[in-house]
Amino acid sequence: MEERKVNYLLAKVVEMKKITKVFPGTIANDQVDFDLEKGEIHVLLGENGAGKTTLMNILYGLYQQTSGEIFFHGEKVDIRGPNAAIALGIGMVHQHFMLVENFTVAENIILGNEPSKWKGWKLDMEDAISRVQKVSDEFGLKVDPNAVIEDISVGLAQRVEILKALYKGAEVLILDEPTAVLTPQEIDEMGIILRKLTEEGKSIILITHKLKEVLSMSDRVTVIRRGKIVNTLKTKDTNVDELAEMMVGREVKLTSDRTEKDPGQVILSVQEMVVKDHRKLDAVKGISFEVRAGEVLAIAGVDGNGQKELVEALTGLTKTAGGKVLLCGTDITGAKPRKVIEAGVGHIPEDRHKRGLILQSTLAENLILGYHYCPPFARKGVMNYEAIYQHGKTLIEEFDVRTPNENVTAGSLSGGNQQKAIIAREFYKDPPLLIAAQPTRGLDVGAIEFVHRRLLEQRANNKAVLLVSLELDEVMNLADRIAVIYQGQIVGVIDGKDATERKLGIMMAGGTLEEADKEGGTTNEGKTS
Amino acid sequence: MNSMIALAVIASAIRLATPLLLAALGGVFSERSGVVNIGLEGIMIFGAFFSVWFTHMTGNAWVGVVAAMVFGVVAASLLAVISINLKGNQIIAGTAINLLAAALTAFFLELIWHRSGSTPICPDMLTSNPFRLLEGIPLIGSLFKQFTPFVYLAFALVFVTYYVLWKTPWGLHVRAVGEHPKAADTVGIGVYKTRWTCVLISGVLAGLAGACLSIGTVGLFREGMVAGKGFIALAAMVFGKWHPAGSLGACLFFGLCSAIQIQAQSFGLNVPSEFLAMVPYVATIIVLIGVVGKAVAPKADGQPYEKDEA
Amino acid sequence: MREKLLNMWSVLKLPLIAVLVGFLVGAVCILAAGSNPVTAYVALFKGSLASIPSIGETLYKVTPILLTGLAAAIGFRCGLFNIGGEGQYVIAAISTVAAAWYFQWMPHFILVPFLLLIGIMAGGFWGGIAGILKAKMGINEVITTIMLNWTALYLSNYLVRTVLNPATILGSTPRGHSVIVPEVARLGKLRDVIPAFGFSSVHSGIFIALGVAVVMWFLLFKTTLGYEIRGVGLNHQAAEYGGISSAKNTFLAMFISGGLAGLAGSIQMLGLVYMVNQSTELPGYGFTGLSVALVGLSHPLGCIPAALLFGILENGSRQMQLAGIPKEITAIISAVILVFVAGSLLLKYGSNWYEKQKMKKQGLKQGSPVMDATTKGVE
Repeated sequence: MEERKVNYLLAKVVEMKKITKVFPGTIANDQVDFDLEKGEIHVLLGENGAGKTTLMNILYGLYQQTSGEIFFHGEKVDIRGPNAAIALGIGMVHQHFMLVENFTVAENIILGNEPSKWKGWKLDMEDAISRVQKVSDEFGLKVDPNAVIEDISVGLAQRVEILKALYKGAEVLILDEPTAVLTPQEIDEMGIILRKLTEEGKSIILITHKLKEVLSMSDRVTVIRRGKIVNTLKTKDTNVDELAEMMVGREVKLTSDRTEKDPGQVILSVQEMVVKDHRKLDAVKGISFEVRAGEVLAIAGVDGNGQKELVEALTGLTKTAGGKVLLCGTDITGAKPRKVIEAGVGHIPEDRHKRGLILQSTLAENLILGYHYCPPFARKGVMNYEAIYQHGKTLIEEFDVRTPNENVTAGSLSGGNQQKAIIAREFYKDPPLLIAAQPTRGLDVGAIEFVHRRLLEQRANNKAVLLVSLELDEVMNLADRIAVIYQGQIVGVIDGKDATERKLGIMMAGGTLEEADKEGGTTNEGKTS
Repeated sequence: MNSMIALAVIASAIRLATPLLLAALGGVFSERSGVVNIGLEGIMIFGAFFSVWFTHMTGNAWVGVVAAMVFGVVAASLLAVISINLKGNQIIAGTAINLLAAALTAFFLELIWHRSGSTPICPDMLTSNPFRLLEGIPLIGSLFKQFTPFVYLAFALVFVTYYVLWKTPWGLHVRAVGEHPKAADTVGIGVYKTRWTCVLISGVLAGLAGACLSIGTVGLFREGMVAGKGFIALAAMVFGKWHPAGSLGACLFFGLCSAIQIQAQSFGLNVPSEFLAMVPYVATIIVLIGVVGKAVAPKADGQPYEKDEA
Repeated sequence: MREKLLNMWSVLKLPLIAVLVGFLVGAVCILAAGSNPVTAYVALFKGSLASIPSIGETLYKVTPILLTGLAAAIGFRCGLFNIGGEGQYVIAAISTVAAAWYFQWMPHFILVPFLLLIGIMAGGFWGGIAGILKAKMGINEVITTIMLNWTALYLSNYLVRTVLNPATILGSTPRGHSVIVPEVARLGKLRDVIPAFGFSSVHSGIFIALGVAVVMWFLLFKTTLGYEIRGVGLNHQAAEYGGISSAKNTFLAMFISGGLAGLAGSIQMLGLVYMVNQSTELPGYGFTGLSVALVGLSHPLGCIPAALLFGILENGSRQMQLAGIPKEITAIISAVILVFVAGSLLLKYGSNWYEKQKMKKQGLKQGSPVMDATTKGVE
């Protein structure tokens, strides 16, 4: 590692000044100022899509800023790629690990910088292992150099990623959503590790949207919202409420035409549902709830707390590992997607490109997906394209999908119109239960308003709507009841009219209903497990 | 009497396994870096042909061997360009090379010797044992009488392949690129460069395999002489779990089946030769069923790498 | 209208350019052989299209590769690589010959459809093996179909040598081929009906093949099965979401694909060849079928002109030989076309390429749904 002629008297290790990053269609970072002091843990806090990862990707050289400057130890730098960042001493641990699953810990750490003998012809694994051991001991990150990545826990794998950066001489560590994949105990351990690292002279940036961890682990916190910096504070000077408010902000409230309604019979009944994620761990740990006709139940929570698995299990895309699902009294637990659709469930999926549409197919063909084998679209296995095109035309008009005609490919539509098409398709079924997962993700205000209107329409027509959303505004505007999910469990259910951003924010961060009600408030429903 | 037959079978097995082994090792390099190589058959055809041609031209079989390696590289480059740079489909590319090789070599055969079917016999061949001393070893000495230089080369290459891929830094890079090219990219390893090198190595080895079939066995080139051995090599690689030692075992096993096929009458074995011929293929399918769920192939095998922004 | 033409061009330009490049390389080889490419190509097209008998021979060549082309095309549409057309052809051929012998007591108009059905079932079965292995166990169909190719070949050789040999059945001297398909089972030759077809061996199989192409077009684009197969091929996750079973359709696609290749084998047997020979090589129709499908953009009706092209190449090579040009030139042209098509990005049906392009245009968004944050590696 080369010695850099730097001014160590300056406390600021990294300074980013007026960083702006423009992507086609969005301004991800808008005149952002950010700095990192030596030996501190500085959290970059914001919701999904706020711009935090983009900013750090710029620091790590994965993106180049559209305008603005970066200073490292007082010197202006131009970081053209990860190798340049690594050479400066900046290391990044990504959300999805860059580890080779069937290599050992040591092999992963030394990859690209292998110690060798015989002019590079012999891989010196003994030396490698001892070096890894040294770095591991130096920073108190215990790992077994000979363990294979696919056998170790996620927490340990994350340690390996950190070690990788340290092995390469990182002085600044950027950790992107590090606690997203950890258990509570692992989170505590990580907090201790990070402290130790700062004592050894490292400076750390944590990207996160988890409020609790912010308070327990950081020295300073910078809140970013919609690409702009809201504020930078010393952690000890602030609290969860203030942070929640800054993070979520006071946006233009979309007016909700939600009229008072008495909910009808139970349409969906979920009892003690357990779902495993693809790592075979429990993502949903025994959830129970009900949705009635004529009501909107929202599942609110931070991404990654089990919502995805919950929705996939309800729609038959994943198997359940326990519990029951009843639709209008019929048991549909473990039913395949077709059965679920036939039972009367409509699904607006959270990933419209992956699940919701076949982008290379025409709009008309997409608009019948899910009931393509039913009359009038098909009889005895033969498709009736006249009926299909007519159906397409009708839906396009009724739902105001902006497209030249029904024969263009679905992929050529804008995001908002794609979502409208999906909604049109699902609404045509007039399903007793509509599951809407992140229905307004990536949409502009007009499209969002359209979606909300339609969802409330379903409610007005006595249908049940299960809304799964990360957007608190949306949740509060639309929901009759809000259930907050945290780490696979429902930590509380609030009535829509009693909900505030603060209360929801606290629960989403793992707080209980009682904590949320601390200021004294109306009594709410008790916690449902 | 029986031991003589047994030794004859073993020697036969080893000799028959040799071209398979060379090609399979080539496949190992290519696929370990993430490039599926269905074109081994075609490259072997090139190797078989060009080694004969150059031997005819120069009178020296070793020149033929070098020619086989060179033209193996040429054929492999085509696969590399399509699979790596153009990000085209590797299966189709490999199949295309097989068809092209068969067509081109038949064409050159016609062009150069004005006949079709086969070339005249080479003035020089590599069919005899270069290490005479070994024949003196008691009990198994007669084995070595049957070995050509290719046999020794192939066995040596098993160790070389193992060493290079598992004991050198570059080998670590290759395996990383085949499992998780993005991870390798982020630590500064050139994914394209590594894959290119490995595909070219597979060209060299498959070319050698082809030379083994022609100047190492019959001393001439005949249309259709490769007859699917490239695919058996592929099967051996899969059966051997993409590992040189496994490939060695698989090739010996398949070679043994072929040898038994030939010698079956001598020990009154009643198994129809066709069933013996089927063994490599059926065995591979069975192995594939057996390892269902456990990842055996390099994870990124067959997927073109997109070097995009983040 | 202009947009439609532009669209068509952007789609057709790939195979057209590939064909052009193929002929260019062929021209280079012809020059190397010391001949004139122009006379060579004139001979090629004259030899395959100039007279009715020539056209007949061309159509004869087109028949099997049109069917194997359809086979590959259906596979591609479901995102599957059926490299096993060879084996499916062989299994069907041997089954057809055997059945033709043992059921020759049936009247012609019942026997022939029956035999064709046997061919379809045999090929479908062989393809279905790979289909089940893929559908139920996720085993890659490329390897299994290749393995099954050779298994089929040796199985066929065995049966020809033993059970179906004239020696076994008729007591004559052992031959290198099976018993011969009896007259009653054979497809009629066109020249028997239209004398203008002269010496050509074209048989009614060409009509069957063309009819099947139309049927496949209908199946793929007008039935729910086709809708589902295409859905699985383009985006199996969205298909799943829409209630379409990936496993079921994978199996069906492989079965149909195998059945088509099998039909090719069956028709060849009943149309001209009338017997199965022992062989160390695969017949080759399956691989040509891959080229036909790719040049035909995996569209059943597109396979017709593509098959015609490759049929012309195969037939015209004889005429070129008479003009003093090595017959391998056409094989080279075919192979180069395939090489060129292989290099195209648009080939991989169901690829993420389209999606990635769109995402690149919109810029990578945070919290982007494409990558899962909780995996221990990239998904």
